[in-house]
Amino acid sequence: MSFIPHTEDEIRQMLNAIGVDRIDELFDEIPAELINEKLDYVPAAMNEAGIRRLSRQRAENDGHHINFIGAGAYEHHIPAAVWQIATRGEFYSAYTPYQAEASQGTLQLLYEYQSMMASLTGMEVSNASLYEGASALAEAVLMAVRAQREKQRILMPETIHPGYRETTETIVKNQGIVLSSISYSGITGTIDLEQLGKEITDDVAALVIPQPNYFGALEAVDELTNLAHERGCLVIAVVNPVSLAILKAPGEWGDKGADIVVGEGQPLGIPLSSGGPYFGFMCCTQKLIRQMPGRLIGRTVDADGKQGFALTLQAREQHIRRSKATSNICTNQGLMVTAATLYMSLMGPAGIEQVAKASHANTRLLVEKLTAIDGVDVVFNSPFFHECVLRINAPMEDLIPAMTVQGVIAGKALFADYADLHDCLLVCATELRTEEEMDVYAMHLQRFVSKHQLETP
Amino acid sequence: MTKLIFEQSTSGRINKAQFLPAEIPLDDIPDVFLRKTSPMLPEVSEMQAVRHFTRLSQLNFSIDTHFYPLGSCTMKHNPRICNEAALYDGFSGRHPSAPDSTGQGLLSCLFDLQEILKDISGMNEVSLAPMAGAQGEFTGIAMIRAYHDARNDDAREEILVPDAAHGTNPATAVMCGYKVREIPTLDNGDVDIDALAAVVGPRTAGLMLTNPSTLGVFERQIREIATLVHDAGGLLYYDGANMNAILGKVKPGEMGFDVIHLNLHKTFSTPHGGGGPGAGPVGVSERLIPFLPVPRIVESSGQFTVLDKKDCPQSIGRLSCFMGNAGILLRAWIYARLLGRDGMKRVADFATLNANYLKAKLEQAGFEMAYKNRRATHEFILTLKKEKAETGVTAMDFAKRLLDKGYHAPTTYFPLLVPECFLIEPTETESLEELDGFIGAMQEISKEAAEQPDLVKSAPHNLPIRRLDDVRAARQLDVVWKNDLGDSKK
Repeated sequence: MSFIPHTEDEIRQMLNAIGVDRIDELFDEIPAELINEKLDYVPAAMNEAGIRRLSRQRAENDGHHINFIGAGAYEHHIPAAVWQIATRGEFYSAYTPYQAEASQGTLQLLYEYQSMMASLTGMEVSNASLYEGASALAEAVLMAVRAQREKQRILMPETIHPGYRETTETIVKNQGIVLSSISYSGITGTIDLEQLGKEITDDVAALVIPQPNYFGALEAVDELTNLAHERGCLVIAVVNPVSLAILKAPGEWGDKGADIVVGEGQPLGIPLSSGGPYFGFMCCTQKLIRQMPGRLIGRTVDADGKQGFALTLQAREQHIRRSKATSNICTNQGLMVTAATLYMSLMGPAGIEQVAKASHANTRLLVEKLTAIDGVDVVFNSPFFHECVLRINAPMEDLIPAMTVQGVIAGKALFADYADLHDCLLVCATELRTEEEMDVYAMHLQRFVSKHQLETP
Repeated sequence: MTKLIFEQSTSGRINKAQFLPAEIPLDDIPDVFLRKTSPMLPEVSEMQAVRHFTRLSQLNFSIDTHFYPLGSCTMKHNPRICNEAALYDGFSGRHPSAPDSTGQGLLSCLFDLQEILKDISGMNEVSLAPMAGAQGEFTGIAMIRAYHDARNDDAREEILVPDAAHGTNPATAVMCGYKVREIPTLDNGDVDIDALAAVVGPRTAGLMLTNPSTLGVFERQIREIATLVHDAGGLLYYDGANMNAILGKVKPGEMGFDVIHLNLHKTFSTPHGGGGPGAGPVGVSERLIPFLPVPRIVESSGQFTVLDKKDCPQSIGRLSCFMGNAGILLRAWIYARLLGRDGMKRVADFATLNANYLKAKLEQAGFEMAYKNRRATHEFILTLKKEKAETGVTAMDFAKRLLDKGYHAPTTYFPLLVPECFLIEPTETESLEELDGFIGAMQEISKEAAEQPDLVKSAPHNLPIRRLDDVRAARQLDVVWKNDLGDSKK
């Protein structure tokens, strides 16, 4: 089934035009010993009906669970129009808009996307997106180091998503950049200001500030931003786009605002899909625009003076600058951004604000119900957005599978990433969770904890 | 011209269908954390939004609407079933941090894809983690670095790259902390092996090569090149951008490559989506397996498990927060199963047939080929330097005029070595009629260039807009729409 339209007659006609007898002859420049048409593993072809049946079976095998994990990816309602329009062939099967005249649809959409993201984050400019949130942070780190010239150290608090720290480490480590970690207060679950005060010295290029942080807690972003700027370092904000409908935009943090803003775009209309494809967003101040990686769309005019859109500042990019480019990136996540732009348009500012408020209110309600159980407590005392860390007096390694069997994905256990939170669970209830679902969760958790409660020392 | 969505917005207009039944109070987050002004997002009805974005879509060329012979991009048909199945609830609704036990269906598909990619590439192990070709390249070079580092072989500070390579190659080497040294290309399109022999040595960490090369020809001396680099202690990196030309025919592992990446959005037909998402899995030979990025998917008695850094201590690490572009990998898996064993080889056969047919016919029509005496692979280069000298019409003008005639332009001005060039890749899914139509359009433009060059130089004429002022776009930067009325107060 290789989607090849040629008939036998046509093949003959084409071979004649080329002047060969058989298709194999077209490969005569390849050294004969390299030709190997034997495939040992690849199975025989399936037709469409067969692959549909097989895919359905496997998808159904993964079942349906009530999900209470956030931890970097969030289950929100996605209006039906989002993916019906985004998967129109004219969006779905178009290439990068290098031929601007034949790509005005994608280009105008990306310009609208950039405008929406800049407004949401309160920043002057936005690029056309990066791969996803964690690698966007890595790109922000590289960008900060470029902008700060000699400074090679980045302060990365432990309240950042552990996956973001690991990804950034992978991407920047070969360029001599040092990621210094800053611990968190065991009481508030936010950046330890005392340790930060000591670490934030002249050689620091940027401070990374997550808001809300990995624990769901709200950081003192104004103080942190001002402190960083006083010490001559840039501020890289890592934010959840839905939270920005109610939380202060990074462009307004402190006296001068954040310098670079990145984050995971998935909450804006992208399905969870086991982790991807998502998209990363990146916004910054006008001053830093030439240090920014990735594609950028500009509005201009055509030969008749009519408005039009084109890729701009391409001199930063790999296909022009080659080894001197700002990054090796040569793509954005176009299709995901198409969906996100549709999502923001269909929801509007009031709709996204409702999603943010409802997710916050639902998480509060969930926390209330779960902490009513003996042996379940809130760990930190900071205000939170839509996630919260709970300490559970029961063996965590057994809790997750036991709850999963009951159809409840209970949350993200923290033992693998935080030794002192080995008995803790990060939970989230977006606007989609109903009170009935929370009651099911509470009931099963109560049963488990009462059966498995650890001896108190 | 389509008005911006912001210009269609009316303050206070809401989409009731997307609203929650009740107003939700927000009384427990201190004021200092809260936003004071609403973001400038559009306030439009569902119908307005649907109409606006449908109309925007209609301003695009796409594979679904036009022949798209964009060299080096492999713009082939994107089967719809791949999208349908990837969006089944069980796949699209699963949280990335849910236990592996809830994702056995997905993981079985991804594991199967890993094995298929091992088979077609002749590599010993595959990781699906990289999210694009450029990230696959980064991964490959980072693994080469980790390999040399693990052996304390730290004098190797150079990556060799042929001058015809994609721009991502040198940019990637720099991201991994290497210096780049370019290797010249001979007039026949092969790498200048003497020049390579002169620079390869104890400072060489590796060589990055695309084969077939970006010049649309197969690098015939690949085995000699591999031996030269290996004898000097370097490793060989394969840029899989052009894998469509040799799928099911030649295995990069057997050409001597130590590490490869594959562009699934090219060879495995996942959507280009207006510029992404892609997927760039990497394959490695035995000695690089410990350095593969995480997560990795393994199987043991029918159960699939995801490995992370704790399970793979020498891994270069994580490239994304979760599982890379899992949904794109699923689409590639479906496509691979539709092709099956025999379909793989047919892809290479017919991609090559179509390219050689186009090349032969365009040559007969009087166009000059950059590598006349070479076989085309799945693509070839045509140079319009003669047309430019005689009529003043450039490759860019030809490209724009093709748009007028309903054909997407080929890749222009790449590779940089050939003046006024078109890199043309028809792919295997185009029919003979479509190829003949394109040849006809090229002949028409050639005639127009001779008789009325201004018509071609001022093209396009039949598109939503005419040629854009790129200089103004860069000098008077306008990348964000500004609301003259300012943000609305909450």
